[in-house]
Amino acid sequence: MEQAAHGRSLFSDALRRLRSNKAALASIGVLGFIVVAAVVGPWLSPHNYFTQDYGAIWIAPTLADAHWLGTDGLGRDLFVRALEGGRISLMIGFVATLVSLIIGVAYGATAGYAGGRVDGVMMRIVDILYAMPFLFFVILLMVFFGRNILLIFVAIGAINWLDMARIVRGQTLALKQQPFIEAARMSGAPAVSIIARHIVPNLLGVVAVYITLTIPQVILFESFLSFLGLGVAEPATSWGALIKDGADEMGRAPWLLIVPAVFLAATLFCFNFIGDGLRDALDPKDR
Amino acid sequence: MLLDVRDLKVSFDTPDGVVEAVRGLDLRLAAGESVGIVGESGSGKSQSVLALMGLLADNARVSGSATLQTDTGALELIGAKRRVLERIRGARIAMIFQDPMTTLNPHLRIATQIKEVITRHRGLRGRAATKAAIEMLEAVKIPDPARRIRYYPHQFSGGMRQRVMIAMALACEPDILIADEPTTALDVTVQADILDLMAELRQRTNVALLLITHDLGVVAGQCERLLVMRHGEVVERGAIDPIFEAPAHAYTRDLLAAVPKLETPHFARASS
Amino acid sequence: MLSYALRRLLGAIPTLLILLTLAFVMMRAAPGGPFDADRELPPQVRANLEAKYHLDEPLYQQYGRYIWDVAHFDFGPSFQYRDTSVNDLIAQGFPVSLKLGAASLAFALIFGIPLGMLAALRQNKPADYGAMTVAMLGISIPNFVLAPLMILLFAVYNDWLPAGGLGSWQNYVMPVLALGTAMMAYVARLARGSTIEVMRSNYVRTARAKGLSAARVVWVHALPAALTPIVSFLGPAAAGIITGSVVIETIFGIPGLGQFFVQGALNRDYTLVMGVVLFYGILIVLFNLAVDLLYGWLDPRVSY
Repeated sequence: MEQAAHGRSLFSDALRRLRSNKAALASIGVLGFIVVAAVVGPWLSPHNYFTQDYGAIWIAPTLADAHWLGTDGLGRDLFVRALEGGRISLMIGFVATLVSLIIGVAYGATAGYAGGRVDGVMMRIVDILYAMPFLFFVILLMVFFGRNILLIFVAIGAINWLDMARIVRGQTLALKQQPFIEAARMSGAPAVSIIARHIVPNLLGVVAVYITLTIPQVILFESFLSFLGLGVAEPATSWGALIKDGADEMGRAPWLLIVPAVFLAATLFCFNFIGDGLRDALDPKDR
Repeated sequence: MLLDVRDLKVSFDTPDGVVEAVRGLDLRLAAGESVGIVGESGSGKSQSVLALMGLLADNARVSGSATLQTDTGALELIGAKRRVLERIRGARIAMIFQDPMTTLNPHLRIATQIKEVITRHRGLRGRAATKAAIEMLEAVKIPDPARRIRYYPHQFSGGMRQRVMIAMALACEPDILIADEPTTALDVTVQADILDLMAELRQRTNVALLLITHDLGVVAGQCERLLVMRHGEVVERGAIDPIFEAPAHAYTRDLLAAVPKLETPHFARASS
Repeated sequence: MLSYALRRLLGAIPTLLILLTLAFVMMRAAPGGPFDADRELPPQVRANLEAKYHLDEPLYQQYGRYIWDVAHFDFGPSFQYRDTSVNDLIAQGFPVSLKLGAASLAFALIFGIPLGMLAALRQNKPADYGAMTVAMLGISIPNFVLAPLMILLFAVYNDWLPAGGLGSWQNYVMPVLALGTAMMAYVARLARGSTIEVMRSNYVRTARAKGLSAARVVWVHALPAALTPIVSFLGPAAAGIITGSVVIETIFGIPGLGQFFVQGALNRDYTLVMGVVLFYGILIVLFNLAVDLLYGWLDPRVSY
C-alpha cells in the first residue's frame, strides 16, 4: 500500500527517527560526558599529568589526597592522565577524520562527477592503494621518523580517505542521474560549482554516518600504535599508551589497565552506536 | 464452497501509525472456478491473498475468516498455526508471482526448487522426484526438460521462468492457484503464451484460479467472475460479461476505458 | 575459471610492484642504517659489510636487484639475524601465525554467522537486541585491551590458562579469542543485515509459499545470499587478522611473523621488514583471489 506523500523533509524525518533510538541517544549523552570530562576534568583535580611523586606510587583508587583513580608506578595521578590521554585520543580522532574527509570527498566527488575514463583511472588507483598493507607502512614511518603527532594525523588520515572516496563516488554517480543535477548542467553551470553547490550538500547524510564510524577507527588505530610503543611520546599520553603501561603492570595495579580500557571501549562503543543509529535514521530499511 | 472468505481485514502497524490495506473482503470460490480480482496497485488485492496464505510481514494485523474445504472438513486459514499453513501452501493452495526474474532463487538449480516441493508434499525423493519434476516441466512446455532441469534461473528467459513457476505451483495438484499479476512483468507476446498455457492447464487439472491483476483485458480471457477493488474495498463484483457491458461503478468504467480499444477483449473463455 | 584466475594474478602485478617500490623507497629514505648500532665499526669492516649486502651499489641497481630477487621469492639475508635468510625467518614464523589466524577466522565465522542469522530471524525482539549489543561490545573492545584483560582474569587471578608461549591447545585459547572476537562481532552484524534483507526477498516468499519448513527456507534458500557480504568481508578480515596478530603475538609472546615484524622494525632490519610486508602483500592478493573464486561458487550468476 502506498501512503500519501507527507511533507516532512528527509532531514527532519531522520532526526525524528534518531530521537526515537534510545541506544543512540544514550550514546550521545555518554560521549558528550566523556568529551566534556576530557576537556574540563583535568582542572578539577589538584594534580597534573606529568608530575612524579615517589611518595605516592601504586595507590589504588581512593578519595584520599584526591587520587580518585589511583596512581601509577611513578606516582602520577591516573584520573588526570586518563583524561589527558582522552584529549589526545579524541583530538587525533577528530583531526585525522577531518583530513581523510577532505581528501576523500574531493577525490570521490571528482571521480564520480567526471565519470568515464577519468573515473576508471581514479578508482583503479584507489583499488591498488586498498591492497597496500598501510598499517605496516605507518608502523615503519613511526619507527624511522620518530613519534610525531603530526605524522600520526597525516598517516591515519591518508589511509582512511580511501573508504570515503569510494562511498562518495558511488553516491555522486547516483546523484548525477537526478533531474536537478541534469538541469543545473543544462543551464551551463560550471562543474566545480555543481559539485560544490549540488553534489556535496546531498552527500551530507552519508558523510555524517561515515564520520561517526571513522572517528572510532582512527582512535582505535592510534591506540594500537601507542600500544606498540609507537604513538605519542612520554610524558604526553593517550588511552592506548596508558593501556600499554597498565598491561605491563596489571598484576600489581590492575586499575592502571582497567581505567583507560573502560574509557576507550566506552568511547568506541558510543561512536559505533551513534553511527549505527544515524545510518538507520537516514536509511531505515533495516529497522 | 472450496474457499469462503468473509470480512477479511488487513492492516499494518507502521512507525507513522496504522495503515488499513484491506477493509473487509468477501469472496467465495468454488472448485474449478476462476475469479479475477482487479484494482490498481495499493488497492489491497495482493495483501488479501497473502493474508490467506499467512505470508504477510510481521507487522500485519489480519482479522476475519477464510475457510478452506479439505478432505477432513473445513479449515480456518486466518490465524492457523504455522505448521498447518505449511501443509496447505504449495499443496492445496499454490501461488505464482509477478516478477519471475526475482521469484526463483538464483542460487539454486531449477531441479532443486521443483523437487523440494514435490518431496515436501508428495513424499517423493531422489529419482522419482526428478522424474515428476521433469514431467511438470514438460507439462508447461519447456523444451528439453531433462537437460534444462539442471539450469539455474538466470539461464532462462522471463517467460520460461514463469513457466517454471507454474510447473512448481501445479506440481502437487493444488485445488487453488493464486496468480498475482502473473504476466505483468513479461513482454506482450510472452504474456499471451503464458495466459494460453494457464488456460490449458486449468482445463486439464480443474484447478480453481484466483487471478490478481490491474489489467481487465487479462481477466476477460481467463475468468468467469470479477471483483473490482479500490482502497481496500470491493467496489464492484459479478460475472464478467454484465460488468464489461454495463459497469455500475465509475471506477470500473475508468478501468475499462484503459483497456486498448482496438483489441476488443475476446470473451471466449478457455473453460467454457 | 583458470584463465580468470590467471588474469587476476597478472592484474595484481602492478599492485605488487607499487608495494615493492613504496617499501624500497621508504627503507632507503629512512634515517639510520642497519649498521649504526651501538658502537662504531672500523671503516674497513663497515665497507665489507656494505659490499656484502650490496649497499655500496647505486640505488637503481639495488632496486633492480631487489625486484629480481623478490620475483624469485628470495627476500635476501636478514640484516639482524646474521647468517639467516629472510626466507628462513618467514618459513619459521608463518606457520605459527597461520595457525593462530586461521583458528581466529574460523572462530569468528562459526560463531558469528549463526549469531547474526538468529538475531535477524528474531528481529527487534529481546534476543536480537541482546545479540547486537554483545556484538557492538565485541567491536568496541580492541584486541589489545581484551588480551591483557583476559590474561588478568584467566591467568593472573585464576590459574586456568597459560598466559603465553606455545605448546598445547590451551596456549591458543586466549590469543584466538582476543584476535577473533571483534571479527566475530562484525560477522554477526553483517550476517544479521544480509539475512534481514534476503528474508524479505521475493524468492524467499516463493519458498514459503511452497510450504517449505522454516528451517529449509532459512538454511537452503536464504543462506547463500546471507553469506555473500561475509565472503566480501573475508579480504579485509584477513588483513585485520594479520594486523592484529602483530600485537597479539607480542602480548602472548608467540614467535610468529608479527613478532618478527615488530622486532625487525625496531632493529631497522631492512630486508626482514620489507620481506614480511611483501609476503603479507602477496598473501592478501592471493587471498582476495580465492575469495573471488568462492564468490563465483556461491552465486551461479557470476561468470568469469
